[in-house]
Amino acid sequence: MSLLSWGLYPRIANKVFTFKTSNDLSSVLSDNDELIPYGNGRSYGDSALSANIVNVKPHDYFISFDAKKGLLHAEAGVLLSEILEAYVPKGWFLKVTPGTKLITIGGAIASDIHGKNHHVEGCFSECVKEFEIMLADGKTVVCSKDKTPELFKATCGGQGLTGVILSAKIYLKKINSQYIQQTTIKTKNLQETFDAFEKYQDLPYSVAWIDCLAKDEHIGKCLLMVGDFKDDGDLDYKNKTGLSIPFTFPSFALNNFTVKAFNWLYYGKAKDGISKQKVGIDTFFYPLDAIGHWNRIYGKNGFTQYQFILPKETSFQGLKEILTAISKSGKGSFLAVLKLYGKANENYLSFPIEGYSLALDFKIEKGLFKLLDELDKIIVKYSGRIYLTKDVRVSKETFEQGYPHIDTFRQYRKDNKMDVKFQSLQSKRVGI
Amino acid sequence: MSYVLIVGAKSDIAKATAREYAKNGYDIYLAARKSSELDEFANDLRVRTEQEIKVLELDVLDYKSHQKFYDDLAEKPLGVITAVGYLGEQKSAAIDFRESQKIIDTNYTGVVSLLNIITNDFEERRSGFIVGISSVAGDRGRKSNYIYGSAKAALSTYLSGLRNRLNDTKVHVMTVKPGFVATAMTEGMDLPEKLTAQPEEVASDIFKAQQSNTNILYTKWIWKWVMLIIKHIPEFMFKKMNI
Repeated sequence: MSLLSWGLYPRIANKVFTFKTSNDLSSVLSDNDELIPYGNGRSYGDSALSANIVNVKPHDYFISFDAKKGLLHAEAGVLLSEILEAYVPKGWFLKVTPGTKLITIGGAIASDIHGKNHHVEGCFSECVKEFEIMLADGKTVVCSKDKTPELFKATCGGQGLTGVILSAKIYLKKINSQYIQQTTIKTKNLQETFDAFEKYQDLPYSVAWIDCLAKDEHIGKCLLMVGDFKDDGDLDYKNKTGLSIPFTFPSFALNNFTVKAFNWLYYGKAKDGISKQKVGIDTFFYPLDAIGHWNRIYGKNGFTQYQFILPKETSFQGLKEILTAISKSGKGSFLAVLKLYGKANENYLSFPIEGYSLALDFKIEKGLFKLLDELDKIIVKYSGRIYLTKDVRVSKETFEQGYPHIDTFRQYRKDNKMDVKFQSLQSKRVGI
Repeated sequence: MSYVLIVGAKSDIAKATAREYAKNGYDIYLAARKSSELDEFANDLRVRTEQEIKVLELDVLDYKSHQKFYDDLAEKPLGVITAVGYLGEQKSAAIDFRESQKIIDTNYTGVVSLLNIITNDFEERRSGFIVGISSVAGDRGRKSNYIYGSAKAALSTYLSGLRNRLNDTKVHVMTVKPGFVATAMTEGMDLPEKLTAQPEEVASDIFKAQQSNTNILYTKWIWKWVMLIIKHIPEFMFKKMNI
């Protein structure tokens, strides 16, 4: 059975390797090239797809937890959801979490994921004390920012192209509630949206849902949700499993009309102006995890998420152009998520830079890639970049212009013989 | 303290089940052959849950050792879950009786030897639960795995008998019949996605069903209906089928 990525596109045949001991893994590495590590299959595009896949997910043991420092040592296949299940009741939460808790620790490092608090806490690598990784030569090293800075900067955000992460030590943060005090701000246009982001910058968590089908003076209208953990001592958190989409929807189920209806319902249900709510961890951080296999609603042809970021100086103009182009194309995006990010880190391929990022879901259909190529041009014009963890189609040229450390990364891979050993469809396409 | 004894604890279903029970506040005895291989897993459970976890050496085929194994438990378990399973090689089992015997003894004889002892204790205490993991393969004999299937059929019948015997006590007996499960046992087989459960799903089904005193659990649930159909195919047709 071949493995797929979250976008269900592309579908390629692959050979999946599992391993019990590090000796097993070391022989897999010596016998094969074109390998890529694979966690829980939640990256959207082709960053974890290759002819040969190393399945790390089964390696899901917790090793130790130091309750004084909040330091968890666990194998790379442990899901973030398992960490929450074990430690939220004891008053700990992830320092950095993406919009799904169904990713592995190894994947979180390889994507150097970020969350709603990027402007305060930065990327996942900020909470990584060290990790154990098997390199191309089959040797295992313990890597930390201080001891092996190059390997650290190449691996965090390096899309699994430097080796197989086996375990990691990560810091958790103290919380005193399973609830978040959320403020929702309903804006009328892009300027109001930007103003609201700036105004609420001091709150640790913020994210906005944008209505992509809004036109003219309404372009950029959104629901901005900001918040912080409450302090009520209620930590009685239960990991809920909810609905699941049981089968792949026919591709026509999701069209301009249904997206409009969804956006209307979503935007419409919020009160005008500013409102306050008390919401749980799962509602606030992981709204889509409540619906298992939600990727199936886009039909069997799959979907992609187009996520880019523009520097703060060019964000307003750039977003306006891009939202106008999308609105004109009439291609609906179910989810359009906007966020203001903090400063970039030093990792070679980490996505965040200081500015605004927008993420849009599109089902794969005729004409889509042409539209995205057009959007790419706007992004290059405004010195932006594309997020590899979501990407399935960006060209080498567009990609290169966004990432100034790309040659350092390439050289590092070559020097350490990682370039032949570890490859994905994506790494071949964008030439890393 | 409240221990659940998990026999055959190295299997993927057993491990997922151990996590499920530990998560829900039970202490765990993990029993298996070459039990030191379970040390890292036991540590995982302790770090996750802070429950008491003990690793015990047990060979289900060493029948003579079973009484002592149970007597040596300082604290008797409030429930036992047997997850012993050996699929074996049908083809070699058909020509080599030793392989047949290993399949039968691992899946059936060994479990009987152990459960006989535990049942007597539970019956006397008039409390406890017994969960036996059998298989849908025991519901009807097929050419592809009838040695394994017949051993599981025997186990299902044994559990049914225990359930009947213990009906007047407060001891509950549950038979679990998993269909396809994505485990080390089935690795490399091309299993249909819709019919295949992850070990975690099986574990969560077992926990919920055991807590509500279910008698027979099919997991995934759809296997109840799949097997209902398969059991009702007339023999003159069934014997011609290539399954």
